[in-house]
Amino acid sequence: MIDAIVAPLAFGFFVRALAAATIVGLVCAVVGSYMVLRGLAFLGDAISHSAFPGVVAAYLLKGPFYIGAAIAAVGTALAIGWVARRGNLRGDTAIGVLFAGMFALGIFLFSLIPNYVGDLFGFLFGQILGIGTNDLIALAVLAVIVLATVGLLWKELLYATFDPLGAAAAGLPVSRLDYLFLALIALTIVISLQAVGIILVVAMLVTPAATGQLLARSFGRLVAVAIAIGVGSPIIGLYLSYWANAASGATIVLVETAVFLGALAWKGGMRSARGGPGPSH
Amino acid sequence: MTAEWVHPAAPEPAPMPEGPVAVRLRDVSAGYGTQLALRDVDLEIATGSLLAIFGPNGGGKTTLIKLIAGLLKPWSGTIEVLGAPPGRTARRIAYVPQAELVDWSFPVSVWNVAMMGRYPMLGPFRQPGKADREAVAAALERVGMLAQAKTQIGALSGGQRRRAFLARAIAANVELYLLDEPVTGVDVPTQEDLMELLTRESDAGRTVVATTHDLAAASRHFRQVVGVNRGITAAGGTELLADPDVLARTYGGHLLMLGDRGMVLDDAHHHDAESGVERHFHDPGDGGKR
Repeated sequence: MIDAIVAPLAFGFFVRALAAATIVGLVCAVVGSYMVLRGLAFLGDAISHSAFPGVVAAYLLKGPFYIGAAIAAVGTALAIGWVARRGNLRGDTAIGVLFAGMFALGIFLFSLIPNYVGDLFGFLFGQILGIGTNDLIALAVLAVIVLATVGLLWKELLYATFDPLGAAAAGLPVSRLDYLFLALIALTIVISLQAVGIILVVAMLVTPAATGQLLARSFGRLVAVAIAIGVGSPIIGLYLSYWANAASGATIVLVETAVFLGALAWKGGMRSARGGPGPSH
Repeated sequence: MTAEWVHPAAPEPAPMPEGPVAVRLRDVSAGYGTQLALRDVDLEIATGSLLAIFGPNGGGKTTLIKLIAGLLKPWSGTIEVLGAPPGRTARRIAYVPQAELVDWSFPVSVWNVAMMGRYPMLGPFRQPGKADREAVAAALERVGMLAQAKTQIGALSGGQRRRAFLARAIAANVELYLLDEPVTGVDVPTQEDLMELLTRESDAGRTVVATTHDLAAASRHFRQVVGVNRGITAAGGTELLADPDVLARTYGGHLLMLGDRGMVLDDAHHHDAESGVERHFHDPGDGGKR
């Protein structure tokens, strides 16, 4: 048993993957906690898909994929915020239009590449075992930027999330905070892309935080539960995928989903044991 | 619950007081998109007023209070709040949204909500300290919610929920309270308790402005009233609510006069699905009890 845990640590790629998974899990849990309370799960999915053309363009131009993904994701996130605010469209309509448009642009650019490239599929489904040292450094730098920003503005973001009208009337720059938060979501997605891929990023953001929301009744505990699950699941998932020789990104997400379902069942059991629904409204 | 509904501290009706002005609107028109909601509003609210904005649903009550709170920009005209354009004096203002717009499942306690009142003055670089904790404890004490400080807001009664938000405003140490439907959806004894708190704030020289579609509550608990229906229909002491002309002007076709009783028929009302009859004006006793 101990050997099964220690043996993979002899491989540099596995250690790097563990480090990346821990960083990604931490950042996703923190940003995701605000995201679930703001009802932005669908937006997270949209922003991750919209990073795709940036990734392909960076590949075509032989630039670093982080830059391409960040430009495309942050740009789309701000555009969604702007269209929803300015146009007389519902937010989910703006999201649907821009998200599909950007993903289509990614596939279009991808189809221009003459030879079939395995790398790019890695961005769709994740390739955490392929993370290099430079990737890890870039990832850590972006993670520090996101965490420092949230650390600085945690209470303003919380107030603007809970009661945007009251916060705006009291003088907080709520719309600037909204845009800033969209940019933070986009950066978090860029950080997570290589680990779990465009398609599954939303689970890293939403599932640990959603589990925290199920189990905690204060925001601090919600974040704590989300971090515990967000950091723990990728570590467990990596080992499972190593032992089973299965896709790592998918395994990580499956672990998180199982934890969520377990929490849901446990909470349902508690509730029926108490004889009625808890005070949720 | 006692049946003592007429509180000894119920305020006397009073005309618009003279003296310093907390809120001034000149020639203000406003709306949403291309839809005009309020036209040509001229209004002065004196410092220390305890004022109810009444009128039919869709008449512009919430629009008016949002304009004062700086949450909505007017199309034309000028607004002055505590001596400056709205927004400039935001830290001296507290806005309490309608209870039904609040996510009560949000994972915050009563203490957390009251502490939010301190956030704007702290700014991003400072964390809440001893002075903030003391201010929050004092605010919770004042609204009688210290014992529930750690309770998640969804587990509170309707009256307690509103007290938690009042504590936030008190902790922020503001001069102007703007409340959207503060006494809607709570029973009459709870209304009495909440309004006693607001009356005390007004007595201390702070200005209280609240919307209400409950005319009984407006006449019983406030000192001044402003009628709103696409514009200002009346402004003055609560005795205006006994004036059939004022009611007819404000409610138009939604008002039914039965002898000396006016009955407001508000078909656009969103709380009360089972009947169109909103509240009985001049109806003594338990017209508001649900």
